[in-house]
Amino acid sequence: MSNPPNEPQSTGPRHRTVEVWVALCILALGAITMIGSLQVGIGWGAEGPQSGFFPFYVGLIIIAASVINVVRAWAGPGARLFAEWDQLAQVRKVVIPMAIYVAAVPWIGIYVASALLIAGFMRWLGRYSWLFTLCLSVALPIVIYVTFEQWFLVPLPKGPLEDLLGL
Amino acid sequence: MESIGDLMGGFAVVLSWHNFIYMLLGIMLGVIIGVLPGLGGANGIAILLPLTFSMPPTSAIILLSCIYWGALFGGAITSILFNIPGEPWSVATTFDGHPMAQKGQAGEALTAAFTSSFVGALFAVIVITLAAPLVAAFALQFGPAEKFSVFFLAFCSFIGMGKEPPAKTVAAMMLGFALAAVGTDTVTGGLRLTFGSTELLSGFDFLVAVIGLFGIGEILLTMEEGLSFKGKATGINPTVVWQTWKTLPRYWLTSLRSCVIGCWMGITPAGATPASFMSYGIAKRASKDGEKFGTGEIEGVVAPETAAHAAGTSALLPMLALGVPGSPTAAVLLGGLLIWGLQPGPLLFVEQKDFVWGLIASMYLGNIVGLVIVLTMVPMFAAILRVPFAVVAPVILVICAIGAYTVHNNTFDVIMMLVFGVAGYFLKKCNYPLAPMVLAIVLGDKAEEAFRQSLLLSSGSVSVFWSSPLVSVIMALGLVALFWTAISAAISRVLKPIFAR
Amino acid sequence: MAMTDLRLRSIAIAAAASVAASLCAAPANAWEPTRTVEFIVPAGTGGGADQMARMIQGIIAKHHLMKQTMVVVNKAGGAGGEGFLDIKGAKGNPHKLVITLSNLFTTPLATGIPFSWKDMTPVAMMALDEFVLWTNAASPYKTAQDYVAAIKGGTPGQFKMGGTGSKQEDQIITVALENAIGQKMTYVPYKGGGEVAVQLVGKHIDSTVNNPIEAVAQWRAGTLRPLCVFDSKALPVKDKIAGDMAWSDIPTCKSQGLDIEYLMLRGIFMPAGVPKEAVEYYVELLKKVRATPEWAQLMHDGAFNQSFMTGADYTKWVENEEKRHRDLMQKAGFMAKN
Repeated sequence: MSNPPNEPQSTGPRHRTVEVWVALCILALGAITMIGSLQVGIGWGAEGPQSGFFPFYVGLIIIAASVINVVRAWAGPGARLFAEWDQLAQVRKVVIPMAIYVAAVPWIGIYVASALLIAGFMRWLGRYSWLFTLCLSVALPIVIYVTFEQWFLVPLPKGPLEDLLGL
Repeated sequence: MESIGDLMGGFAVVLSWHNFIYMLLGIMLGVIIGVLPGLGGANGIAILLPLTFSMPPTSAIILLSCIYWGALFGGAITSILFNIPGEPWSVATTFDGHPMAQKGQAGEALTAAFTSSFVGALFAVIVITLAAPLVAAFALQFGPAEKFSVFFLAFCSFIGMGKEPPAKTVAAMMLGFALAAVGTDTVTGGLRLTFGSTELLSGFDFLVAVIGLFGIGEILLTMEEGLSFKGKATGINPTVVWQTWKTLPRYWLTSLRSCVIGCWMGITPAGATPASFMSYGIAKRASKDGEKFGTGEIEGVVAPETAAHAAGTSALLPMLALGVPGSPTAAVLLGGLLIWGLQPGPLLFVEQKDFVWGLIASMYLGNIVGLVIVLTMVPMFAAILRVPFAVVAPVILVICAIGAYTVHNNTFDVIMMLVFGVAGYFLKKCNYPLAPMVLAIVLGDKAEEAFRQSLLLSSGSVSVFWSSPLVSVIMALGLVALFWTAISAAISRVLKPIFAR
Repeated sequence: MAMTDLRLRSIAIAAAASVAASLCAAPANAWEPTRTVEFIVPAGTGGGADQMARMIQGIIAKHHLMKQTMVVVNKAGGAGGEGFLDIKGAKGNPHKLVITLSNLFTTPLATGIPFSWKDMTPVAMMALDEFVLWTNAASPYKTAQDYVAAIKGGTPGQFKMGGTGSKQEDQIITVALENAIGQKMTYVPYKGGGEVAVQLVGKHIDSTVNNPIEAVAQWRAGTLRPLCVFDSKALPVKDKIAGDMAWSDIPTCKSQGLDIEYLMLRGIFMPAGVPKEAVEYYVELLKKVRATPEWAQLMHDGAFNQSFMTGADYTKWVENEEKRHRDLMQKAGFMAKN
């Protein structure tokens, strides 16, 4: 999927710039789709289309539509802001912890990672007392453990702590 | 009517106190399963199936089917409150349900959703009671070409109606198709678009995309707008159910239409998800308030919920009568029937009367019980929005991550969820419509599969799509739906002079 | 309940007694699972392998055959490749099991996903699933010979065979059939066995090679007709199913002039590098499962071939079967290009 576009350093993110970047990312995905389709064959065999037939044309349409989107975005009004810097900083406050969380799950397991995420949010954004933060961030993973693993028998990713506890 | 007598016998079977307890238990569990994204009705039932081996089959199926009803009800809750569809068929419910919650009408939206679900299910059960053999015969008519035409109709009735620029709609939709194509190609059995990555073997699951695009994307948008859910001001109003009920009869036509669409989709079997999308799309076109759809119209909640529940319920009929599941959940129930020593199929209705009519009776009772339970909880659900954002946001993030993980038991999906979330934020800010993309992800590979199966059967001749009356009619309906704007404009142009004269 | 199958009751009682006996007789095992055991199904929910896995899970839970719980996890991606790769990656983990179908052999060959049974430890063969050639009951073909004659007399690709998945067991049998007859058929892949059977009832296809359990309901209802079974001997189950026909009355395909045999493995494997005691533990556990009345009922309903193998016999069998599949896949041109 599209990566967050690089925000320009000097002027702040203009809507037009972001829109062009988004359209370019989609265009790139279209190109990848076409390359992948070519690898598996895009012909129309005796028994109907091959594996890559549909994705190939889908990719082609994505590229065509994205070119239109890039041109229209470029021609559009340039002054409008995508978002204010403060607002983007707010968004980053979720995206960065979330990225760390997602990266940490395979290593430390989902329970410990979740406890840290909840605690971090509550302390950092909510400014709750340590006691309340600690209670909730420990209690919720335990509730999840009981619900999923004990009740519904769905195993979730675990890490060294769970190994230590023998769960 | 013989079936009425059988049904009464069924009620007698169901109405024992222990079956009633199973029913309550099933609905409660189902609501929990429906609320948790990723833990769908299908795995909920699959997981509990082994526990039911020691029960009599009738009690077991009552417990499991009530979990199914509960999951159908529960899917709407998180869609409306947090824009996270707990189940695939509740995606269309978010379109108007979540804006309603943002306007402070969460209670109204929930009441409308639950009530419509009940109406849809009731309609479907009545159809099953009265016309089971007929309906089963209809379902047999559907080969690959017919299935493709149904998917075609679902797409046509949904696209071409947004306010977004057409090039963006096309780009978003085609992106959905491309994502749906990744993984194993079911027709040739080969891999495609995986580029040698083992993580991409199973492709992009619809639920992972939806949890990211809608759920995470929504949290990011909320953060940008300053740390609180807009619906925070919702007062707790105990009479909200009654007040909403007074307005609902107004939408009887939408309900009826959605019931029919739902039953049809459930039986064919295309499933509850396309039913909900199609019903929403058609309601938007047919309604005089169609322009306001997407901004929190109660009709936009009624249509998809009615159709989804009607489809979910009627999907059980092909399973019982033919042994073909109309939905993944029905597929698991089917496995259960076999394990209990029951053979679903045409003879089930003859040989296992107690069981079949007990099940049908439990559909009536289970839905009534379910409705009562969820409606009494409406004020409580609506009050969740009053929990401070700093507490509720990380909890939602964690639940989303678990949901994404449980789809394939794969941590890669959790990463994809975040990528989809960030992408969803940018796409939404840049005015790309997410709904056609989601529809393409959910139906893309199924439509392609049906298309290619049809061509195999016709030895490569495309004429198979207008070869029989049934296919031709559905394809024609699809074209009408696709060009509806142009057609209705033309009709009014022709009719205007006539009326003016 | 009234639904309990009377004719099975005596089997059930006998089997229950033997379970009780084996429970008492079980010696203290050297190894026992110390945590939840994951049972991987390399296929979607609702299919034959999934049903069997959940059945085993249910039997173990109901009869308290294991102290720890067992959870079933579906990993269906890449024609099951996802599930097998998971086992391959869990080297030395004695708390993981996997149930296989023919995709153990076909998926690595057809897709190039890198795994083989050698990355796993064979535990036990639970049963073999049979394949039967079916046509619509309204079709004029009363015997396999009638049908073969019709295919020979038609044009190439005129007759449509429906099956589950692509380049897997159903298509392998179809290709073998084509070679035996000397005429091409059109193979149409569907997602599940139940769907295939109903497509045949709806006359969208001409024949299928469904497993008994997938098509039995339609047979009993008189909408499908079995022509022959792809095994060396007739099926053992003698109860009347449709009219006065029983599973045992279906002739073997060999007797009908089609020399094709195909059975599908329903076997259990573990990751490589697990302790020998753990394998022994699971073998004992599965033996107990096989002795339950529920298992007997499933075997009976699905007309399974109830072969049971463990240890060296099983390994040898798997080895031969892999060679055979490689051969079949090569002949059919189903090998992955890269």
